[in-house]
Order: sequence, then structure tokens, then C-alpha cells
Amino acid sequence: MASSISLPDDTPPPSVILRPTKGWMALNLRELWEYRELVFFLTWRDIKVRYKQTVLGALWAILNPLINMVVLEFVFGRLAHLGTDGVPGPLFRFAALLPWGLFSKALTASGRSMLTNRSLITKVYFPRLAVPLASVFGGLVDFTIAFFVLLAMILAYGVPIPLQILLVPVGVLMTLIAVLGVGLWLSALNVLYRDVGYIIPVLTQILLFLSPVGYSISSVSPKWQWVFALNPMTGVIEAFRWMVLGVKPKTALPLETIVAISFGVALVLFITGLFFFRRMERRFADVV
Amino acid sequence: MSELAIRAVNLGKEYKIGARAGNYDTLRDLIVEAVKRPFRSLRGELPGGSTSIWALKNISFDVRRGQVLGIIGHNGAGKSTLLKILSRVTEPTEGYAALWGRVGSLLEVGTGFHPELTGRENIYLNGAILGMRRAEIERKFDEIVAFAEIEQFLDTPVKRYSSGMYVRLAFAVAAHLEPEILVVDEVLAVGDAAFQRKCLGRMSDVAQEGRTVLFVSHNMSAIQRLTEECIVLEHGKIAFRGPTEEAVTYYLSSQVAHSGEKRWRDEEIPPQAHPFRPIALRLKDPRGNIAETVRSTEPLTVEMEYRLEAPIKGLRVGIYLLTMRGEYVFTSFDTDEREMYERWEVRPAGHYISRATIPADLLNEGRYLISVNASSYRVKRYFQHDNVLAFDVDITGAPGSQWPERRPGPIRPRLAWEIEALDEK
Repeated sequence: MASSISLPDDTPPPSVILRPTKGWMALNLRELWEYRELVFFLTWRDIKVRYKQTVLGALWAILNPLINMVVLEFVFGRLAHLGTDGVPGPLFRFAALLPWGLFSKALTASGRSMLTNRSLITKVYFPRLAVPLASVFGGLVDFTIAFFVLLAMILAYGVPIPLQILLVPVGVLMTLIAVLGVGLWLSALNVLYRDVGYIIPVLTQILLFLSPVGYSISSVSPKWQWVFALNPMTGVIEAFRWMVLGVKPKTALPLETIVAISFGVALVLFITGLFFFRRMERRFADVV
Repeated sequence: MSELAIRAVNLGKEYKIGARAGNYDTLRDLIVEAVKRPFRSLRGELPGGSTSIWALKNISFDVRRGQVLGIIGHNGAGKSTLLKILSRVTEPTEGYAALWGRVGSLLEVGTGFHPELTGRENIYLNGAILGMRRAEIERKFDEIVAFAEIEQFLDTPVKRYSSGMYVRLAFAVAAHLEPEILVVDEVLAVGDAAFQRKCLGRMSDVAQEGRTVLFVSHNMSAIQRLTEECIVLEHGKIAFRGPTEEAVTYYLSSQVAHSGEKRWRDEEIPPQAHPFRPIALRLKDPRGNIAETVRSTEPLTVEMEYRLEAPIKGLRVGIYLLTMRGEYVFTSFDTDEREMYERWEVRPAGHYISRATIPADLLNEGRYLISVNASSYRVKRYFQHDNVLAFDVDITGAPGSQWPERRPGPIRPRLAWEIEALDEK
């Protein structure tokens, strides 16, 4: 900045200097870490409030993927007769609905998050990243509940539980990164352009059919599989299904490559999303 | 030389308004603007040049550690913007501010409260939002609950709280923050008198502990009690800095019209007032002349002239009467009477005067201020202008004026005294 700081000689360095900033900013993850309790409390608030006025409460965490499963089973299984890599259809689809549910709920929540927390943003200082982070973490509770249902289903269908189920936390982390990659971009954009609020439900709807939730990547024509790999959710879903069910669809490219491409896209979105969010952040309080 | 807590140098904040270069509400605007832009520069118009306002400009000041500095100014003078910059909510457009120590802001009471959560849950949530550690909240939990006086309602959702309880709880959480620099905005406008005293007490404790307080308020008596020095902001600039007593006098007499009539110019009317357009506020004596000095023994007529560009449901236009110390004497609205309220349930578009008569033998001698407000209860505040007019009350002929003494209190009613002689023969 043009104005240099003039301070009396005998004063210690100030703890903060507030001045105009321009361009790209450092992520300042250390400060975010100092505010981790705020992220926790915002997450906790979202979860509490979400179920406080519902009759069925946390049961929705189970009903939601179950209903989706029935619909997908009907459309892709009964009508389209798409294969499920040798796994019972309901189980195959329910497993994919776990990371998908986390993704779709978090996408909706994080897209709106900056607006629903407007009164905080315009009045109190905290690292703004806490808001979309908390809205994404809120979905983890539903995920955990649904995960136990999935375990019960695996046992009921008598499918052997593979050893790589221990990797599920990695799968969750991959999902979170994919969600945040899209969510950070959308939440920052939504502050500036309210259209984003209308795009999100449409986008979620389209992505549900473009991601291998109701079907397997092996049902996609081999020459198009690489295009599907560009979808950040493709890798996450196929990887998760491999972790919990041990299925490995037959694909033109090795599944590992598809997962790597897809997750690479998610990672790029995530990192650019973080920086984009930080860049836009300074305008939030004035615009939101 | 005591240590510095805050040094602000040439702080300025520019807001883009109107065409809002860069801040498009919808993608459509963005696209339309992108198409227009090349043509506009051809015509030699400045891109967005005429559509920005400086909410603050050239603000420089130092605050010593342990000082309680008051910030006063009319609506739109830039007080809130200054506090927002110092509490890091928004960035300055130019200049800088150096802060020594953690800043805690007590901006609007209840920020971050969630109505569905219980009192207990909100204490944790609000504490975290204000930057308290969980351990710190746990340590102070009982103290906060006791201060707020809500022990029995700890596990009730705050949506069932009375507004008084809500405010007490919110203030209690914020008041137990322990930042080195505390920024306080208008918190005392709410709550009952006893609680206001408690809050003021708590704030002077904070100052005595050696922490720095920036206090913004419209309440001149609170300003006078808490601060020794004040900054007066006018149109985004520092108009005055000095001892509180002088600053308050400066503030109260600076922008207030003394002529007995205030006419609003177009640029003074904020866009959000629409469809309410204030035209004039007048004070008239019983002979119908515009007056700036009135006799306490005569009724005084207050006229608010305005235009409605569209019908408004539930509109009430009214006045606040204040003393020069900023204390309210009364508040009154044109549809206070039930029959008026029903008659004017929807006020059609048109040109109006709302007229009220302040009866004779009500006010004491001295100078009073009138603020105006036009709002629909719990729907919208269309227009509010504080301290629009000042007028003097002359007590010649008032009850008790045979004794040339100053009588305390803002009112001087003519009471129906009688003296009953109980002679014991």
C-alpha cells in the first residue's frame, strides 16, 4: 500500500493492522484453526436446528437415502436394466447414496450458507471460511447414521465385508474435498450473484444422473468413460463403493485412473475454491 | 506517555451505490453491463465514477490504552462504518488502522442467537461467535446466567423469551468477553432502565480494568456518564474531538435546525424511505406562526408534512421529544388512538400533514429536540431522522415562576393543588 505505517518509536508492534488488500490472499489456515471451536459450534447449531422442528428427527437421515434408493432402483434397475457389477441392486445404489447424500446436502447448504449467516457476517469478524465449512460438516452426522444402515444391509444381503472398509474415513475425506471444491465456489459466487441459488438445485439434479449413483461406470460406453471421470463425484462414488462392497467395475481405463482423474479435478476445484473464496471474502460484508 | 491501543490514519471507506460497478445482483446485469461498458467509455462517462459515496474520509485518531472514547454523530455520519472497520468486519478503502490487542465487538445485541436453541445452547454459540474459547465460556457460564437473570429459563428455547430476557442474555454473553479493546454500538437502546444501569456499570468496570472502550451511542446521558472524550462524526469526517461535555454540545447544536421549520432536500432522503417522502417538519405557536421559542403556557403544534408515493398499510408517523441531554420525554404517533388506527389502516398515496398539539403547561424551561419516525410496526421503518428541530421553552407565567429558580425535570405540569386547612380549634 502507498501509505506506510508511522508509529512512535517506543510502541511495540501492533497485533493487527487493518488496511485495504488487493488481489489473491494467503489462506491463513492458522487463523482458521484458532477458530475451530466456532466451526464446531456452527456445525452443531445447524444439526440441532435442522432436526428440532421435525417429527421424525434423525430418522430422516435414514429415510432420505432409502427413498432415493427405491426411486433409483426402479428407474435404473427395473426400467433400464443396468448392471450393478454383481452386487444386489438396492445395496449397490444405497452405498453410492451415502457420499452422494453428503455431496448434495452440503452443496445446497454451503451455497446458501453465506446468505443465511448474513447477520453474522455483517457484524462480527471471524474467518469467513468457517461458514461454508460448518455447513458441509453438518452432513456428516446424517452420513454416519446412514453408514450404520448400510452395514446392516450388507450383513442382511450376506455380502462379505471387504478389508478395505477400513479406508472409509479416507472416502469421507475425499467426498468432503469434492463437496468443498464445488461448495466454496458456489457460496462465494452466490453472495455476488443470487442466480447461483437457483442454479444449485438444477445442478444437483443433473449431477445425480451424470454421476454413477444409480448405475455403474461400467454401464457407460467405454469411449465416454474418460468424460465421466472429469466429474469430481465419479471417483469418490466408485472408490467408496469399492471400499464398502469390494466391487471393481470393468472399465476401459483402469478404475484407479478414473478415480485419480476425478479426484484430481476435485482437488483442483477445492484449492482454487479456497483461494477464490478468500479473494471474494473482503467484499462479503459490503455486498451480502 | 501512555501506550496506544488504536491508531487510525487517514481511514476512508467508499461504498459503490446505484449502478454498483462490480456488484451485480444477477448475472443478467453483469452481461448487460459488459455489453454497455465499451459504449459508455466511448461517450466519455466515468465507469462508476458518479455512483460511489465515501462513508468515511480522512479519519485519523489515536486512542490510549484504558481510554473510553465516545463516538457520536447523526444517522449516516459514518459511526457504524468506523466500528465495522475497527472490528474487522469490513476493510477500509484507504488508510490503515493499527490495533494493539484483541478486539471484541458488541455490535447489535443478539447477533448470532438462534431462536430455536435454548438459552444454554445460545450462550455457547454466541460466545464462540464473539471469539470466546469453550473453556472460557464454561468458566464464566454461571456468572453470565446470573448477570442475565434467566436461571429458570436456561433450557427454554430463546424464541419463547420476552424481549427483555433476550436482550439481557445477549448482553450478558457479550459483556463477559475479555478483549483488550471493546467496541460497543447502541446496546443501551434496549432493555429496561434497571438493566441499562447494570450494563453501564459493567462497562465502566471494563474501562477501570484498563481495557479500551469505543462507545457509540445516541444516548447522550450514557455518553456523558461513560466517556470523558468524544469524537463527533459529520458526513464521514471528524468534525470535533474533545471533552465529552463540549462534544455533546457541539453535536446537539451543529446540525439541528433552529428555525422552527425543517425542509428535506431530495438528497437527504434515503432511498429506503420509499414510498414515504418527508417534506417538512414545523413548529407553530397558537397564532399559526412558525416558532423556535415557545411559551410553556401556550399549546405548541407540531406538523409533519409528507407525501406517500404508494399506499402504506399500518403506517404511523410520529415524533420523539428529547431533552438536550438526549433523554426521551415522550413518544407519540398519529395513529395511537384506536379510532385513528382503524380509520387509517391503509394510508393511500397522496399528500398529507400529520398534526399534533402539545398541550400548554407540559414542558419545563430549556431546550428540546424533536426526532421524527415513519414506520409500520414490525414491518418496516420507512424514515427516521433524529434531532430534526430544536426549540426553546420559555416559562414566563408558568406555575412557580414567581420563584426564579431552576426546577429539575423535563416537565412542568400545572397540577390541581389544593390546600386543606385542618384547623384544630
